[in-house]
Amino acid sequence: MNKNVTNAIALTLLWVSAITTVAVLGTVILYVVYNGIGELSPAFIFTWPEGVAAEGGIWPTIVSTMYVTALAMVIVTPIAILAAVYLAEYAVQGRLVGTIRFAADSLASVPSIVMGLFGLALFVEAAGIGFSMLSAALALSFLMLPIVMRTTEEAIRAVPKYIRWGSYGLGATKWQTVSRIVLPAAMPRIITGIILATGRAVGETAVVIYTMGQAINLPVTPLDSGRPMTVHLYLLAMEGINLPAAYGTALLLMILILAFNLGARYFLRRNRKV
Amino acid sequence: MSLRTSPVPADAPNKIAVKGLEFYYGDFHALTDITVDIKEKAVTAFIGPSGCGKSTFLRCFNRMNDLIPGTRAEGLIALDGQHIYEAGVDPVDLRRRIGMIFQQPNPFPMSIYDNVAFGPRLQGVKRKAELDEIVQTSLERANLWKETKDILGRNGLALSGGQQQRLCIARVLAVEPEVMLMDEPCSAIDPTSVQKIEDLMAELKDRITIVIVTHNMQQAARVSDFTAFFLQEVAGEPAVLVEYDRTSNLFTSPKDRRTEDYITGRFG
Repeated sequence: MNKNVTNAIALTLLWVSAITTVAVLGTVILYVVYNGIGELSPAFIFTWPEGVAAEGGIWPTIVSTMYVTALAMVIVTPIAILAAVYLAEYAVQGRLVGTIRFAADSLASVPSIVMGLFGLALFVEAAGIGFSMLSAALALSFLMLPIVMRTTEEAIRAVPKYIRWGSYGLGATKWQTVSRIVLPAAMPRIITGIILATGRAVGETAVVIYTMGQAINLPVTPLDSGRPMTVHLYLLAMEGINLPAAYGTALLLMILILAFNLGARYFLRRNRKV
Repeated sequence: MSLRTSPVPADAPNKIAVKGLEFYYGDFHALTDITVDIKEKAVTAFIGPSGCGKSTFLRCFNRMNDLIPGTRAEGLIALDGQHIYEAGVDPVDLRRRIGMIFQQPNPFPMSIYDNVAFGPRLQGVKRKAELDEIVQTSLERANLWKETKDILGRNGLALSGGQQQRLCIARVLAVEPEVMLMDEPCSAIDPTSVQKIEDLMAELKDRITIVIVTHNMQQAARVSDFTAFFLQEVAGEPAVLVEYDRTSNLFTSPKDRRTEDYITGRFG
């Protein structure tokens, strides 16, 4: 075959594949937007669902989702960062560290429904916390921990050696170097990791369905139960209660997650300039 | 070309005394039987081909090699008579007394002010007025004050390469070191800046002892009072100190044949 023809065929295939990816994403987004946009209004966001058909808004579910996500973030961030600092800076690189890393990567690939079941057994029942923001946040934090830990570790490793040397050369101790130079320098990428993990938590369904409960509640304390947006969406759709509201919820969820992703990009971009 | 005023007297006190130093990277024996006296308030240059261990040797003085796992130093290195590898010597304290400038300018990703104030802050200086004073004096001594006095809040990485290197010098000067180690400080910056840094060295040696590793023999001849020539003759074997003398002697009438071959450009 003529090499120009081969080239043209290859190019076409690549182009079609690329377009397919974009088309799939576009179709999903357009479909949800088409069906959900009519629902979106300040009232939908800020009022409670009413009656058996869950007419009205979804405010308590938004609050529940935000609450549990924020709580999980607060739990995960210090643990993940400290673990990553230990792995990247202090641990003697060897079999133990390899094992920890492998464990973290495996943890990240555990199906989330298994994590939900585990949360149900451990936090809701064994620990007696019950269906609550706290149980759900703890279970979610298992999911977020490896993501944040690994991105933090990568971020720490990406800080150039010679910058550390500058600090050691001035008589800084290891901890002074880590806390005053390495972590601040790695912070944009760490924050990006946290935001991405948070986005993942916002969209998570399987974990929270087992741990937070389903009651439509405006949570105040961490021990209150609630219903996150994803579970609300699941119930509305699966039980055919209110399909338009389900699409409205789906659209709002997508907007929220998109905002998280854009936020992560913004952080990386802004700090890369320096 | 040099701003050097008068030769360092022959009886100038030794700042650092090295005797029978052996250095190992794991199984690799990198340096053997190094004996040399570094004179106080003078500039001493280490020259030699790449891989001859001169940077390794330099990093022994402030124990930066401790940061590389598996390294080991034997023999004696004394700073003002105190053996620095002795148990009880804290490398962190040692590095406050012996500052270091690296090949790659390495400002911290923070403001110019914070870069210079970093060392003093480590030592617990908190008062704004005192820090302001240290930052200004250090930048002045590094000949960088005029260029930066209005942009102290700007990120140190926004400066040019040569300015960054002078910022690193200011950062070291801010902790008032007795010795400044310079590991090929000019190899990554432009010629105009090189000139500025060489002039700076001539000014600084009134107060501190400088040891510079350089690839550039002309630079060694220009800036240093004493020169040490290192050579690894056989790959895999440890490097040795071939010759150590006053720079003027070493470059005009080397005693060792290998030194002569090197400075006349026959190898390396």
